[in-house]
Amino acid sequence: MSSFLEISGVDMVFPTPKGSFTALKDVNLKINKGEFVSLIGHSGCGKSTVLNIVAGLYQASSGGVILKNAEVKEPGPERAVVFQNHSLLPWLSTYQNVELAVKKVFSGKMSKTEMKQWIEHNLQLVHMDHAMHKRPGEISGGMKQRVGIARALAMQPEVLLMDEPFGALDALTRAHMQDSLMEIQSQLNNTVIMITHDVDEAVLLSDKIVMMTNGPEATVGEILSVKLERPRNRLALAQDTEYNRLRSEVLKFLYEKQRKVQSFTNKQASKMQGMSQQTSHKAIKVISS
Amino acid sequence: MNSLTSIAPNRLLEQGRKAAVMLKISELSKVILLPFIGIAIFLVMWTVTANSIDTSLGKFPGPVAVVEQFENLYSEHVTEREKAQAFYQRQDERNAARLAKDPSYEVKIRNYTGKETFWDQIVTSLVTVMSGFILAAVIAIPLGIWMGLSRSLQAAINPIIQIFKPVSPLAWLPLVTMVVSAVYVSPDPMVSKSFINSMLTVTLCSVWPMIINTAIGVSSIDNDLINVSKVLRLSAITHVQKIVLPASIPMIFTGMRLSLGVAWMVLIAAEMLAQNPGLGKFVWDEFQNGSSDSLARIMAAVVVIGFIGFLLDRGILALQRWVSWDQ
Repeated sequence: MSSFLEISGVDMVFPTPKGSFTALKDVNLKINKGEFVSLIGHSGCGKSTVLNIVAGLYQASSGGVILKNAEVKEPGPERAVVFQNHSLLPWLSTYQNVELAVKKVFSGKMSKTEMKQWIEHNLQLVHMDHAMHKRPGEISGGMKQRVGIARALAMQPEVLLMDEPFGALDALTRAHMQDSLMEIQSQLNNTVIMITHDVDEAVLLSDKIVMMTNGPEATVGEILSVKLERPRNRLALAQDTEYNRLRSEVLKFLYEKQRKVQSFTNKQASKMQGMSQQTSHKAIKVISS
Repeated sequence: MNSLTSIAPNRLLEQGRKAAVMLKISELSKVILLPFIGIAIFLVMWTVTANSIDTSLGKFPGPVAVVEQFENLYSEHVTEREKAQAFYQRQDERNAARLAKDPSYEVKIRNYTGKETFWDQIVTSLVTVMSGFILAAVIAIPLGIWMGLSRSLQAAINPIIQIFKPVSPLAWLPLVTMVVSAVYVSPDPMVSKSFINSMLTVTLCSVWPMIINTAIGVSSIDNDLINVSKVLRLSAITHVQKIVLPASIPMIFTGMRLSLGVAWMVLIAAEMLAQNPGLGKFVWDEFQNGSSDSLARIMAAVVVIGFIGFLLDRGILALQRWVSWDQ
């Protein structure tokens, strides 16, 4: 039986001035319908590249992605993306931002009033109906991300792709957003691929945690099944032995098996320089969580 | 102690009020007083320096002479308008009288062909600069958007822009004049050749900053916004309409402001050479005239040119505030 979404034999080679750079090597992953999958790994390991290939924004150098028995060749609304920095159109109100997506996806299928209701319904789902007519510049970062999620959900995607959706938020807001996402997920039961570098977030939200090895030539290292009961409660889980076992599994993978070796070969040195700031930022976050 | 507690808040309140008043005064002085002082010092320095410059047309005009010439220019305008009115009245009376005598008479109405007044010349200049600027915008904005979207087109056109951008209007004008007189041949022209020459020169000089800024604005759109468009599979037209145009509006307006500044500066030179009856021609004619008032009249024109340039810039800024989402 073929699975709902299948990533098979994906290689990704980027041409650089110093020669080609193999970011991904032979990435294979099968995802079932309704599954919540997290991709976790150190920064620069190609998590985003995997997501962009599934989204169709990048074309894999070899191998490919099959969604419902059809090959992914270009981006499309059935694979909606929630970007890290919300990427709402700043000149449109939150309502209009969602409307742009709904109009494109449902024009001809919904009447005007149905569309209006559908937009409002999705904004209600993320608890943003009170700021429907505000522009992104007038609301907080967490609120913007909620609208970004509402826009993606409103497309009724086959797969929801989330690229570090809460990465830019503070810890409290992030916890809030995770709870919201779990609540939405319990209602809609979407198929979700989420990139994260937050171990707790991965364990709390996922059915499956895909741990990636370090690049270059990154690939899927281990896959961890999370069989915790839903609905999950972060406070109760903090005492849960299974939760803590899973958590330490992920940590072990990240910090023992895939420890970032600080070897400054020529190729990495230039890459590290650009990333050092991002990396240290992320490292602090992992330690604090 | 109780007396202290009862007094202290009042005193604090009073101090606060005083501080607020002082703040307001200092703000007011920044907005009104300081510019006023600056202008006053400038006028004094102008008067002193002007007095010590002797030209073949007499002393260089000071502020007082310039104000006098403003008055003269205004009264000349009024007299000219009265003359025109009188002319039309006479014509009407004459026509009426002839009609009464001979009902089959076909009425001829002739236009008054008096001298252009300073005011007429300002209007002509404004019409010319706006026509040239709008023509430039109509070419530059679509081309800039196209360039911003296509790296290849940008690479192809960029050298041409960089070479033509610094060319002076005085270099373009002879070429424009010859081409216009060869191409624009009509027994009853709608607008004069001098107008077309000035307008096209303005367009040629003001088109470049708008193309460049629009192209930069479009090519620097946040990649995430472009990805949103890709995920939604927006058509090319919708993509430009919903994403590209609004995102690059601020840069387009920056280009428009630069261009309009260039256009207004170029116009005066173009009008001088093309003899388009605007402010440039006014300056040129006064220079050729060489009367004792000429320098003061030219100085008056300089002040007006500067002031209109300032107003044009403010006008674009106001338009930007009205149109753009980020203001």
